[in-house]
Amino acid sequence: MTDQPGTDSPAPPPRRQSYGDRRKQRLDELAAASVDETPGVSLLVSAWRRLRRNPVFLLGAGITTTFVVLAVISPWLAPWDPAANPLIDKVRPQSNPVPGPEAGHPLGADNRGRDLLSRLLIGSQQTLLVGVMATLFGLAGGVALGTLAGALGGWVDSVVMRIVDVMLSIPSLLLAFSIAALFARPNQWTLIVAIATIQVPIFARMLRGSMLAQRVSDHVLAARALGVKPGAIVFRHMLPNALGPVIVQTTLVLAVAIIDAAALSFLGLGNPDDRQPEWGQMLGNSQQFINSYPHLAIYPAACIIVVALGFTLMGESLREALDPKSRR
Amino acid sequence: MIRFIVRRLIAMVGVVLVLSLLLFFWLRSLPGGPVSAILGERATASRRAALEAALGLDQPVYVQYLKFLERAAQGNFGVSTQVLPGTDALDIFWMRLPATLELSFFALVLATSLGIPLGYFAARRRGSVLDNTSIVMSLIGVAVPVFFTAFMLKYFFAVQWNLLPVSGRQDPGLDATRITGFFVLDGIMTREWDAAGNALLHLVLPSLALATIPFAVIFRITRASVLDVLDEDYVRTAEAKGLTARTIRGRHVLRNAMLPVTTIIGLQVGGLLAGAVLTETVFAFGGIGQALYEAFKDKDYAVLQVLIMAAAVIYVLVNLLVDISYAIIDPRVRTR
Repeated sequence: MTDQPGTDSPAPPPRRQSYGDRRKQRLDELAAASVDETPGVSLLVSAWRRLRRNPVFLLGAGITTTFVVLAVISPWLAPWDPAANPLIDKVRPQSNPVPGPEAGHPLGADNRGRDLLSRLLIGSQQTLLVGVMATLFGLAGGVALGTLAGALGGWVDSVVMRIVDVMLSIPSLLLAFSIAALFARPNQWTLIVAIATIQVPIFARMLRGSMLAQRVSDHVLAARALGVKPGAIVFRHMLPNALGPVIVQTTLVLAVAIIDAAALSFLGLGNPDDRQPEWGQMLGNSQQFINSYPHLAIYPAACIIVVALGFTLMGESLREALDPKSRR
Repeated sequence: MIRFIVRRLIAMVGVVLVLSLLLFFWLRSLPGGPVSAILGERATASRRAALEAALGLDQPVYVQYLKFLERAAQGNFGVSTQVLPGTDALDIFWMRLPATLELSFFALVLATSLGIPLGYFAARRRGSVLDNTSIVMSLIGVAVPVFFTAFMLKYFFAVQWNLLPVSGRQDPGLDATRITGFFVLDGIMTREWDAAGNALLHLVLPSLALATIPFAVIFRITRASVLDVLDEDYVRTAEAKGLTARTIRGRHVLRNAMLPVTTIIGLQVGGLLAGAVLTETVFAFGGIGQALYEAFKDKDYAVLQVLIMAAAVIYVLVNLLVDISYAIIDPRVRTR
């Protein structure tokens, strides 16, 4: 949505500016980082050696792992059914619309008497689902377009990249809005499709740059000289090597996807059925009580912030480890 | 230089054309089709039939697209059905634009005037407490959803401590004269200082909320770029020549480091438009961001298409301006 603020690289000042986009250039730079290979030790091995000792990476990975584990085991962890309303008797629309903490309900309940802690725990599932599904679809679309453009080159490349550039030229939240408007009834798939769509051009641009760099690399030349079929060169030799920086970008995009999903839920584009809790939706629904009961907003927001931070820290340190410039 | 600008303008026309094509197909794929999109879903059958004939929906797709282009070029995007029923959709855009421009302007001024100095000093004292704190803050700043920042600012400064207004652009009781639609500017032009001051107070919280992400981005890019420049040979040469630290910092480091920062500031405009949707909704600010939200919520497709097209064109235009200013700062850019 916003221009991926988490992903700005400490890039050198661009020398030449093609049609208005540092965003493009940044993606291309990241892509180019994949061809640089230190002789002797493979890129991945040397990256892993640096990562193991990087506290930022460990913190990010720790947060991310905790979040995923919590999301998986939350049905056994949550003390109450997120849709049940054990505290409904305590809800007084006039005097006490939001029951406070009490024994068995450490965080209290929401305005329908549903246990807040259970909703937060179970909510991690939907948040993870939306973030991961959106990013996977975005990745798949971007990889398909990027491979097409990067492998075939020529006019296919021009056409595909023109479309990608136009998509990049629309502010991403507006693009998500326009996509979501196409759905007669919003549900969580609206969210997933909208967010996936805004990620496609980002991944496509990166992978295409990566593929172009692979095309002129020595191992591709060698494969061509040996008479390997073009299809095999693309899928066995170019694509696996080009995917590296894209995979790193995926962690960063996941963080943005989770924040974006929250923003879209807040605007009412998400799943209207609140029996299935999701952090963005909980945050959005809390706004009517924000002035008297800010904790309803603060808990889900804190969860979103911590998880987004976890993915960002992990992605940033991964990228730093794979970036040849930071290896000096 | 002129050739450079012309080349960019031609590229821009291409982008806008592709955009219009996307918008055309988007409009056709909306639930209910283009007739509902323009007339609303409750239009009578006879009006529908009339519009269908007028739109030439029986004609081939390319003819329809050309007609759509013609109407778009004339600024005829249809009439609002929900946001301000009966008003021309393009007029709504012009009515709401000053609020958003005012808000974005103040947010951008805040973000740059804090982000650049902080980024510069963080880079010069790399590894210091200031540097590390700022990096952590900017990472957190990016991870916090904009509307949550807006909520919290509103909760503490407006509701709890009652320091600043809760919502809107100006107290309704003030009998302020309107000239341009920019409330602060209007107040200054008419010398209604209370009106200008009141509008400024209303701007503080929304622009702070909107400024967080651009601030974090500008800070990080400035820091990275200053670090890069400090390593350059020409800085060492300047030091070896015995230039004063002041001259080196001003002429050699800062000036060169500002190149990527210029671009990134331009790119923030897209983010500002997106952030404005969220911030304006929280503070009921009444700009195009809020209009966009209302149009989406109430399925006012005429307004929605104007706003989406306008936002994209503004974004592309700003990037064009950035390119041009870039070419002025750095002559190498002109010879591609």
